[in-house]
Amino acid sequence: MDIKVRVWRQSGPTAGGKMVTYDVKGISPDASFLEMIDVLNETLILNGDDPIAFDHDCREGICGACSMVINGVAHGPEKATTTCQLHMRKFKDGDVIDVEPWRAAAFPVIKDLVVDRSAFDKIIQAGGYITAPTGTAPDAHAAPVPKKDADAAFEAATCIGCGACVAACPNGSSMLFTAAKIAHLGLMPQGQPERDSRVIDMLQAQDDAGFGGCTNAGECTTVCPKGIPLSLIGRLNSDYRKAISKR
Amino acid sequence: MAVSGALLVLFLFAHAAGNLKIFVGETDFDHYAEWLRDLGTPLLPHGWFLWLQRIGLLAGIGLHIWAATALTIRAKKARPVKYAHRPKIQGSYAARTMRWGGVIIVLFVIYHILDLTTGTFNPAGGDVDPSARVIAGFAPDRWYVTLFYTLAVVSVGFHLRHGIWSAFRTLGQQTTKGERRAKAVALVLSVVLVAMYLSVPFAVLTGLVG
Repeated sequence: MDIKVRVWRQSGPTAGGKMVTYDVKGISPDASFLEMIDVLNETLILNGDDPIAFDHDCREGICGACSMVINGVAHGPEKATTTCQLHMRKFKDGDVIDVEPWRAAAFPVIKDLVVDRSAFDKIIQAGGYITAPTGTAPDAHAAPVPKKDADAAFEAATCIGCGACVAACPNGSSMLFTAAKIAHLGLMPQGQPERDSRVIDMLQAQDDAGFGGCTNAGECTTVCPKGIPLSLIGRLNSDYRKAISKR
Repeated sequence: MAVSGALLVLFLFAHAAGNLKIFVGETDFDHYAEWLRDLGTPLLPHGWFLWLQRIGLLAGIGLHIWAATALTIRAKKARPVKYAHRPKIQGSYAARTMRWGGVIIVLFVIYHILDLTTGTFNPAGGDVDPSARVIAGFAPDRWYVTLFYTLAVVSVGFHLRHGIWSAFRTLGQQTTKGERRAKAVALVLSVVLVAMYLSVPFAVLTGLVG
């Protein structure tokens, strides 16, 4: 496959950036999107140019490191798929593909396609944990959990914190991420003691980090590689309402 | 957004129901307008109910616009650098047009009050004969007014289709089944409201009333 890619190039956090066009020739349709960038980077290095910086780690769709907006869609055109699991066969020979970093004030660009997602860590630090005695693993039947709740909590827990929801949101809001964490812990018996303070503190941390507000537009769930449902945001709102009424 | 919006939706339905009285008869419609001023008497002096309602509505509209402006400003700040390539977002047309739709609705409400309440653009009927003003207002030779009303009412419909559903979600609606129901309720209420509002101008335009 011969394609053209237009990539956001930005040499550093404070530098200005622009879209730069590159020809990529002879790419296998079975190559992943990241492998295509690897091939392009080899050419750039051989020519003495600066390779394109991008985040990646497991390349198995479970770590949440890769983060590219491809043709305006976070993680590209394939549903419920991270960029690393997207293959070039989803594109046509001769396509011009635009590649940009996540765009959000809370996710400043470090270089090219790499953004700083520590704002998510701040949200987690504010309440994305439980305080329980650790030690040896408890007996499996020590704290009974209904199967329905366990499944729903697991669905929310599949969030890999990649930030695609923020990238896609017209308001630059991280509500789906926060809602997933709230549901994941709030559905479990171990998450109950801090349920009220968790939702208040995590929302405060989210506002402080400079994320926008949620308007239920639903863009986040469409691009989410793990298909986190939008209904979790309703759960977050409900938890928040109950928490502030108890204050 | 959700609470002030719910207040405004309740008003919209009460207002639309009142409008339909014109199909019962023009004098009935005039009596209804008079009743609105008499409501609450003798506890309230004549006309006070209407003013209290107007104050309540203005507060609701004020809160709604304040919340929408705050959200818009936050959204702009949250994404200072725009995407170079941004296809039409995948959400509904209604969700995408909430902000500009809201601005159009505000402009329409201002025109609507000058047109049918104060009579600045449409003095027919004076203060004593509201049905005559409605009939003169949507007369066939003022077709452009009817066209503008139609566009505005349809934009209210779109605004409510996302707005009603979104309000349920903001107030804590959280099941997938409930989401389908809330979306269906929003769609049905929006369509019914648009039909209720458009029935009067089109009845006047086609000569069914008047």
